[in-house]
Amino acid sequence: MAKRIDVQDLDIYYGKFKAVEGVSMRIEPRSVTAFIGPSGCGKSTVLRTLNRMHEVIPGASVDGQVLLDDKDLYAKDMDPVAVRRTIGMVFQRPNPFPTMSIFDNVAAGLRLNGVKNRKVLSETVERSLKGANLWNEVKDRLDKPGAGLSGGQQQRLCIARAIAVSPEVLLMDEPCSALDPISTLAIEDLIHEIKEKYTIVIVTHNMQQAARVSDRTAFFNLAATGKPGKLIEIDDTQKMFNRPSEKATEDYISGRFG
Amino acid sequence: MTSVTGVSAPDPSPTSSVASRSTGRLGDRVFSGLSIGAGTLVVVLVLLIGLFLVTQAVPALQRNEVNFLTSSEWTVSGEHPRFGVAGLLWVTVVSSIIAMLLAVPVGVAVALFLTQYAPTWLARPAAGTIDLLAAVPSIVYGLWGLRQFGPVLVPVQQFFAQYFGWIPIFAPNNGLSGNVSTIFVVGVVLAIMILPIVTALSREVFAQTPRAHIEGAMALGATKWETIRTAVLPFGKPGVISAAMLGLGRALGETLAVTIILATLAPGTPWVASLFNGGETFASKIANNAGEFDTPQKTGAFLAAGLVLFLLTFVVNAIARIVIERRKAFSE
Amino acid sequence: MSASTPKQGRPDAAAEDVRTLEATPSCSATRVVERDAEPAGPAGNPRNEGASGHKSGGRAAADVAARIIMWGAFVLAVIPLVWILWSVVSNGLELVGSPRWWSDDAAGTSARRPGGGALHAIVGTLEMAAVTALIAVPIGVLTAVYLVEYGRGRLARLVSFMVDILTGVPSIVAGLFIYAFWVTTLGGQRIPFAATLSLVLLMIPVVVRSTEEMLKLVPNELREASFALGVPKWKTIVQVVLPTAFSGIVTGILLGLARVMGETAPLIILAPYTKYLQGDLFANLMATLPTMINDNRTEVTQAAIDRAWAASLTLILIILAFNLVGRLIARTSKVKA
Repeated sequence: MAKRIDVQDLDIYYGKFKAVEGVSMRIEPRSVTAFIGPSGCGKSTVLRTLNRMHEVIPGASVDGQVLLDDKDLYAKDMDPVAVRRTIGMVFQRPNPFPTMSIFDNVAAGLRLNGVKNRKVLSETVERSLKGANLWNEVKDRLDKPGAGLSGGQQQRLCIARAIAVSPEVLLMDEPCSALDPISTLAIEDLIHEIKEKYTIVIVTHNMQQAARVSDRTAFFNLAATGKPGKLIEIDDTQKMFNRPSEKATEDYISGRFG
Repeated sequence: MTSVTGVSAPDPSPTSSVASRSTGRLGDRVFSGLSIGAGTLVVVLVLLIGLFLVTQAVPALQRNEVNFLTSSEWTVSGEHPRFGVAGLLWVTVVSSIIAMLLAVPVGVAVALFLTQYAPTWLARPAAGTIDLLAAVPSIVYGLWGLRQFGPVLVPVQQFFAQYFGWIPIFAPNNGLSGNVSTIFVVGVVLAIMILPIVTALSREVFAQTPRAHIEGAMALGATKWETIRTAVLPFGKPGVISAAMLGLGRALGETLAVTIILATLAPGTPWVASLFNGGETFASKIANNAGEFDTPQKTGAFLAAGLVLFLLTFVVNAIARIVIERRKAFSE
Repeated sequence: MSASTPKQGRPDAAAEDVRTLEATPSCSATRVVERDAEPAGPAGNPRNEGASGHKSGGRAAADVAARIIMWGAFVLAVIPLVWILWSVVSNGLELVGSPRWWSDDAAGTSARRPGGGALHAIVGTLEMAAVTALIAVPIGVLTAVYLVEYGRGRLARLVSFMVDILTGVPSIVAGLFIYAFWVTTLGGQRIPFAATLSLVLLMIPVVVRSTEEMLKLVPNELREASFALGVPKWKTIVQVVLPTAFSGIVTGILLGLARVMGETAPLIILAPYTKYLQGDLFANLMATLPTMINDNRTEVTQAAIDRAWAASLTLILIILAFNLVGRLIARTSKVKA
């Protein structure tokens, strides 16, 4: 489990509009990489290209390479559906399936992909819920609707759902932005625990959060409105927050941005 | 969607157990094929309606010995068929216009009531009540119109005939103004039938009036009515127009209510402008004679009438659609 | 994502906003006071308070008139509904209340012989409705799925346009088309199944539009969540999107059925009436409630007219039941409009 991601010369387009330009970076396995930058700089867009969720939006396309342990995710014979099974994703707003119970939500990925064995399912659900630090809170009401949980519990449910299919990589798109501070803390603790097993990439607006949870940080910025976003630099989080190489990074982090 | 520059594309054999399962490309192809097929079927069906009506009407039209569009005769059997739709067109259009003239103002007012005036506890049940009007089958409207509502309208007809009889459309017409089975009564019943359509669509657009427009007007010290005039009505105008068009389309094609209420005229009765007169619409003509479709020639004549009705409603509905599309383009 | 405003700038701007807001009330208050202190305006009413000080009598009268007109219009619109329901109930209740009405067909009745049952017509109406739904629902739902989940570009616009046109096709034209197709082209007989096909034409657009609305209400996030689990698109639609929209779709189907069950025109062309219980859609004659009303209303005797009213009441009751169930299901809906 846990694989390395190499991004090489990635350009991302919405129709003719170039949203992101020339991104190259390496994301290390068993570590947390944070994407930071002002809104509109394309950090979420880059995140979504890592598991080909980007192309769900009509007219979106990419140019360049994304390698998962040397396998090009954008190779012609690569099926995006298979890519997404290998690289899981957690979204900004918790989005449990409203028609499904807690159990079914976690089992959804397996079930929708054809796993029927009851024993395998319940084992996986328990393991995933434990992995997401949610088991003790919900083990007595697994058959209740997932939508009935609190926001923070819902988000952990979504993380459980994502890790239930045993992905290599876990992408998180501002997973705490809709949560209160206590739930945020629970999620951050969880990230700390599961980075032993997964490669984690997290987009966040909260620089303290980036500093708290990540090992490496990538800073994205855009020159001006209407210009494509760019990766300014990526480095160890310690170094990025103390003495970044680029002036722009320093300005942004110290709040002198713009 | 994706352009690929990579050369390093080794075996994409995935590792985890889930990933090794089918990625559903076949299922995707089958399912999207089915849904595209269903969509295409709808398109084909509408085209087929036009095509069938045209191909089967044309032979009958070729043998027709009078002008189809300007004649009011209707002799469809025998060696010398003579039939035209002028009379049908008149009754159809006039009754539908009466319906629109009555239903649009009332419908818009009801929609304003439901969205702007009704207290919140009343708004929803009231809207449901108006919607119930649409649930009454048209044949029941016919029965009710002929037996219960029509007789009440007769004095109204007589009033118009007596005081406004000098206007051709209100001419007493040999005392037919005292009869229930007139174009006028049909028009009023049609108005009641299309009222829920006009109301529902107008209500929808009025409810979408941006809060900011309304508050902007109110902040200028406008009264409620002035607010409606300056903010709600201009915003909803395209919606009201297309609601009126959809109502018109429904009125043009309404069959049973018209068939039941309206008296047919003896062949050769001269045309008069009066609303206090019998006659037939496209739809009622076809319904009245549905039992007699035996020869292709006869059937063809009725199909030709049906074709004109189809084109008429097509145009009216297309206008409604275009108006509402424009509005969407504006508000998005 | 839109371009960011500079982070630093925001707090300052917000602070300024607050200052302006604080300043405003006092300003306007002084202005109001000044205005009131001025000699009476054209309204000449010293008791008019505050900002409405310039509201003239004419404007107020127009406002009141408008209010009265709106309420009046609503009352006016409710009158026919109440009247129709009253007519149908008062004229039809006696027959509908008799047990025979629900258990017997109309065999043995005639224009002069009162009574009889409506079972044959009720069975026919429900059977036709069921078969109509069986054909129209898959086509309608799949078309809606196409429009919401797959449709792009010109074909999608064309399909959407044609659905609107189909919505506007008069029921008699739908009946004529099926006649031209089934009877004159294929050489078939006028049978109830042909009438069902024309009802299918009328029901498809209702199902498409209501399903489309419901699918649009399903949040995109759910689709994305499913995609991100590596679930193929078709499974996402079948197992996530459609179940989420399920109750809304059922409501749309019931409302569509309610509309189609009252249609009479195509039945007059394609499904001749019979007094006897006959449930075979491919046999020649079959009764439905609309054609039962139509058959009886052409007679002038009281016995027949009574049956027409009673059949009307029955039809309205069935339609209302479908409407009611549809609305109740809509309330339990997972996605709210």
